[in-house]
Amino acid sequence: MTKKLQSITSKASPLAALLVVLALWAAATGFQWVPAFMLPTPGAVVRAFAADFPLLLSHAGVTLCEAFLGLALGVSLAFVLASLMNRFAFLYKALYPVLVITQTIPTIAVAPLLVLWMGFGMAPKVTLVVITTFFPIAVSLLDGFRSADADAVNLLRSMGAGRFKIFRHVLVPSALGSFFAGLKVSASYAVVGAVVAEWLGGFEGLGVYMTRVQKAYAFDKMFSVILFITLISLLLMWGVTLLRYLVMPWERKEKQTV
Amino acid sequence: MPTSPDAVLRAEGISKSFGGNRVLSDVNLTLQKGELVCLLGISGAGKTTLFNILSGLMRPDGGHVYAYGEEITGVPGKISYMLQKDLLLPFRTVLDNVALPLILRGTPKKEAREQAAAHFARFGLAGTEKKYPDKLSGGMRQRAALLRTYLASDGIALLDEPFSALDTITKGAIHEWYLDIMRDIELTTLFITHDVDEAVKLSDRVCILGGSPGTIFAEIPVEEPRPRAHDFMLGETFLHYKRQIFEALQI
Repeated sequence: MTKKLQSITSKASPLAALLVVLALWAAATGFQWVPAFMLPTPGAVVRAFAADFPLLLSHAGVTLCEAFLGLALGVSLAFVLASLMNRFAFLYKALYPVLVITQTIPTIAVAPLLVLWMGFGMAPKVTLVVITTFFPIAVSLLDGFRSADADAVNLLRSMGAGRFKIFRHVLVPSALGSFFAGLKVSASYAVVGAVVAEWLGGFEGLGVYMTRVQKAYAFDKMFSVILFITLISLLLMWGVTLLRYLVMPWERKEKQTV
Repeated sequence: MPTSPDAVLRAEGISKSFGGNRVLSDVNLTLQKGELVCLLGISGAGKTTLFNILSGLMRPDGGHVYAYGEEITGVPGKISYMLQKDLLLPFRTVLDNVALPLILRGTPKKEAREQAAAHFARFGLAGTEKKYPDKLSGGMRQRAALLRTYLASDGIALLDEPFSALDTITKGAIHEWYLDIMRDIELTTLFITHDVDEAVKLSDRVCILGGSPGTIFAEIPVEEPRPRAHDFMLGETFLHYKRQIFEALQI
């Protein structure tokens, strides 16, 4: 009973916070605290969103394509590198600091360079997504491999398993939990990365559309793009959670197993 | 060097040092088929090191290990080793955990599962096949780990304090069960324990490992018929063996 109540309140409180923000926004625009041309009303944003929806969708297709391609490449690259770094201690020592440094380079500062090098096509966008998603995945995989039970590794060795079989049957499954934590972060980074790269040049995509409506001072449309990007990111994160549920059935609670 | 046909496992003159610190010196041990031998010793006497060497996980500095007359020194995969923790992998179902040694040997997954499933009833695990290990009780987990050890073995199992984490009642029940099943499946067992009662109750022979560096300095045969009488642990003979062990341990 109390548990049920707790779950209701735990869901109710963020909803309430969201409503408060919306109410403040509606008040600020409704009472003209902020001029209407600078901050559109929530209603105007929703209307713009509805009116632009087909256009947003076609731009989103391009952005998502870049994001997924970049994410897939980032994950593959991270998996290969993390596996090698886990296998060879000297690689770990040599590359770990380099990995950390790459992470401190601001994405926005690199994006213009990528555009100059690779042009206005898809390549610089995908590359930027790879750069932003690669690190969280690589680090979470490395931590995951290292979290594997040393005794379990010995057990498999005693059963005559070689390195590859140990990797496949112990290290990889042990790393899944932390991999999905990294993937969740990376999935939202991927969309943002693609949008940022599109700002700097291109022909289609949500970022391109954003710069266009920005130049037209169409605030309601800008807000509707932001809303759309937020929704996409949330959807992707939820998708990762779903994937985790499917791939890691042992994590489910008794009740959930059908 | 040829070994007697009955010797299933034989260790000769095993010695091992770690960074100049001698842990084992001239350890000799022979197990006959179907024997249950207990390795009893003071903590730090090198029991686990000896097990690592027998299972091939570690190479001794000197000496040889033979299984069925074939030299297996430093070669893992021939003798199965069950560690103190049950070490069921949390991300595999009980059935897939138990079938793992077969899969590692190259048996196709489906066939390995069928082979493993065939033993579930006898090991008291019927109905747990599709569950994950964390849903099982301590006793069941231990039985699943023992089944996996058996399937990994070529008839020889090393058990490192297999029952130490269980409560007295569960332990008593699992002892009976283990003796039963061992006879059924003709498993030869060498096991480590700190528990003198457990050693006398279960084994055909108690080997005492001690000293620095460690060596087997006493072997006490427990010549009692199996299954042992229900009041065996309360009788005079039991105490007689226990006294012998205490004297050897110089307690």
